[in-house]
Amino acid sequence: MTADVFRQALDLITRVRGVRGAMLVSGDDGLVVAEQLMEGIKGTAVAALTASLAGRLRRAMDAAGVGSSVFWHLQAEQGALLVVPGIGEGGLLVVAVAEPDVNIGLVRLELLRAAEAVG
Amino acid sequence: MTARAVEGWTLQPLTDFVREASVRLVLLMTPAGQVLAQFGFSRALDVMSAAALGAAIMASTGELARQLRQAPFAALNHQGQRHGIFLSSLATERGAVVVLAVYDLDVSSLGLVQLFFEQMAEELRAASPKQVSKQVLAEDFERELSESLNTLFGR
Repeated sequence: MTADVFRQALDLITRVRGVRGAMLVSGDDGLVVAEQLMEGIKGTAVAALTASLAGRLRRAMDAAGVGSSVFWHLQAEQGALLVVPGIGEGGLLVVAVAEPDVNIGLVRLELLRAAEAVG
Repeated sequence: MTARAVEGWTLQPLTDFVREASVRLVLLMTPAGQVLAQFGFSRALDVMSAAALGAAIMASTGELARQLRQAPFAALNHQGQRHGIFLSSLATERGAVVVLAVYDLDVSSLGLVQLFFEQMAEELRAASPKQVSKQVLAEDFERELSESLNTLFGR
């Protein structure tokens, strides 16, 4: 896997209007693997906390017996966090930070395409 | 399990770090291995061993960096099957403080530990006293060590 593949995967997401940044995050460590973020977004903090949340959600999904999560959308007052968890425990997380009025369906589609490209 | 400190100014930053980063064991110490605060240890012997080993690792990596003509390494992380060990240091008015943290991989991560270590470092810098504590003389060493251990284990 090359840095070029990561950049192309992130380009898919950041070209959607309303997306403020995208990251590939190591699910195991919560470390940033690649990022394209607008100024003001604390990438390392988002990565660490998103990976932590991913681990807890995975356990919740297991406990509920509903299988692995495929996509999450966390809507906040001033934006949204959208994530496609990688395949398997500790896989790469594909993360987007977006404006509140972003086209969620389009971002979801591009996140899934990016996950496929880097998976 | 509660955090305990020989030097009170370290207690709140340590408590916050433990809560936020979900770490299992933490030691704050001087580069010489003198323990300032601890969380999670139940035996004095373990604290003293971990402090001595942590200080020795910091000294070794510091010397390695010096020989490579580089600035000292910012942090060292060792990951095993179930646990991770994070070792780093920070500068305060009180002097350098070495932090040794052990975390479970299923409840925390290197990213979380690094993130909240930075926060703890800021809190410690803000809380540290301006003056360095007095040097421990050889004749007082055993008494001071005994007092520190009593404080660290709430005796």
